[in-house]
Amino acid sequence: MKRARIAWAGAIHDACELDGRLQLADGRVPDEAGVVWLPPFEPQTVFAVGLNYADHVRELNFKPPAEPLVFLKGPNTLAGHRAHTPRPAGIKFMHYECELAVVIGRSARRVKRHEALDYVAGYTIANDYAIRDYLENYYRPNLRVKNRDAATLLGPWLVDAAEVPDPMKLWLRTTVNGQVTQQGTTADMIFGVAQLIEYLSAFMTLGAGDVILTGTPEGVVNVNPGDVVVTEIESLGSLTSLIVAAPEPGGQQE
Amino acid sequence: MQSARLSLHGKPTSLAAQVDPARARVWLDGIAYAQSELLFEVPTHGAVYGTALNFRGALAALGAAVSAAPYLAPPRAPILYIKPRNTWIGHGAAVYLPAGHEAVALGPTLGVVIGRAATRVASASALDYVGGYTVVNDLALPHDSYFRPAIQQQCRDGFCPIGPWIVEASAIADPDALPIRAYLNGTLRLQTNLAELIRPLRQLISDVSTFMTLRSGDVLLVGLPENLPLARAGDLMAIEIEGIGRLENRLLAEPGAA
Repeated sequence: MKRARIAWAGAIHDACELDGRLQLADGRVPDEAGVVWLPPFEPQTVFAVGLNYADHVRELNFKPPAEPLVFLKGPNTLAGHRAHTPRPAGIKFMHYECELAVVIGRSARRVKRHEALDYVAGYTIANDYAIRDYLENYYRPNLRVKNRDAATLLGPWLVDAAEVPDPMKLWLRTTVNGQVTQQGTTADMIFGVAQLIEYLSAFMTLGAGDVILTGTPEGVVNVNPGDVVVTEIESLGSLTSLIVAAPEPGGQQE
Repeated sequence: MQSARLSLHGKPTSLAAQVDPARARVWLDGIAYAQSELLFEVPTHGAVYGTALNFRGALAALGAAVSAAPYLAPPRAPILYIKPRNTWIGHGAAVYLPAGHEAVALGPTLGVVIGRAATRVASASALDYVGGYTVVNDLALPHDSYFRPAIQQQCRDGFCPIGPWIVEASAIADPDALPIRAYLNGTLRLQTNLAELIRPLRQLISDVSTFMTLRSGDVLLVGLPENLPLARAGDLMAIEIEGIGRLENRLLAEPGAA
């Protein structure tokens, strides 16, 4: 099943997909034009993995990491399908990252690789924006780069794990204004889904609603206000976002 | 006596209380309790953001290394990290030392509890966005490098004791001059003061809010001083901030560990 969370008609609803349309639990079928898409589950701890595709590592002129490069994200950065993501004025390089997002379904501690997928509730698409102008070499990638408001989109659907028999064989693709800019396959991950669950759960407890963004392949390009960015993953759908201009700093509240 | 909010084991809601941090007394509905009589839960619910290298001495301890690889330049914007929910525990709960490790570094710091969402706020008005203050023991396995996020060192289960309560912001006249002390087994092991911050509280909130929203309920940790004491299995750790409270947790060997 494909599930969504939406705001519609003054309330927040769980919905599922029926013949390509949204259907609420009580059977109503909302008109999509009036729907606000939220992340398709309520995210708890959000993990992201950097430099996890060999081709992207080459693209950035880095060496492949010996262990997963994991960082965390806060609730301010999360947004749903069709979100608007602000691009600050005066920067040079803001890019999307199409990523397979793995949603944990139950408490996981010291899980071995061969059983790790049993702890997965489902999968969704993440588009995890970065602003490289703000990179600093302290806890890199620092939060100023990777934890900006409405800059980590999740959705549209949470697809049940049972419908994704092999998460390591999914193609990924990003288009900017309809032009393909990024293509890859999850088969090229350096640390696979099961390995990441094993790695994290070896030293901390994962819980239901935790989500792991598993990294992005090569093909990241700068985006500008007005650009429509669509990140797609096989079997999961496509996640749309719109880049908007952030107001100039100086419009501060008093 | 100050106004505070706290959560108790078995009670579904946050409770309004009066506290006397210096005497470890709590009044609930006018009835007095010793702090030691109550079973505290984590008093906060939002995201917990730590700030790295915000004490002058902590940055100075890196010395010329800040200009060499891998850092290449001193920090410019606030360097933050996240303490995820698996790390949160309340006053009095045990912390477990992971098997194969000798010690944890104490993390005496102030937790600033955001009262309303702060986005691009000016330094002059930053304290208007603070709802209260709490004590945090931001524990980590000892590590020297700030280059990559230190998830393995900072995000172990139970590595972020918070509490015992949240003192209302109005009770703290000057958050830029609060003494902080860390004790092991009752012995004072570290003493510092928030006057040592590179970015004092107002500026820290303002600078962070230029690049991300601090939401109501989020907790911003102001930073850790240098020369953090190390706790070993069996040690009683205590962090004390004058006018706010004393947070105690015992470090135990991980069950099943040799």
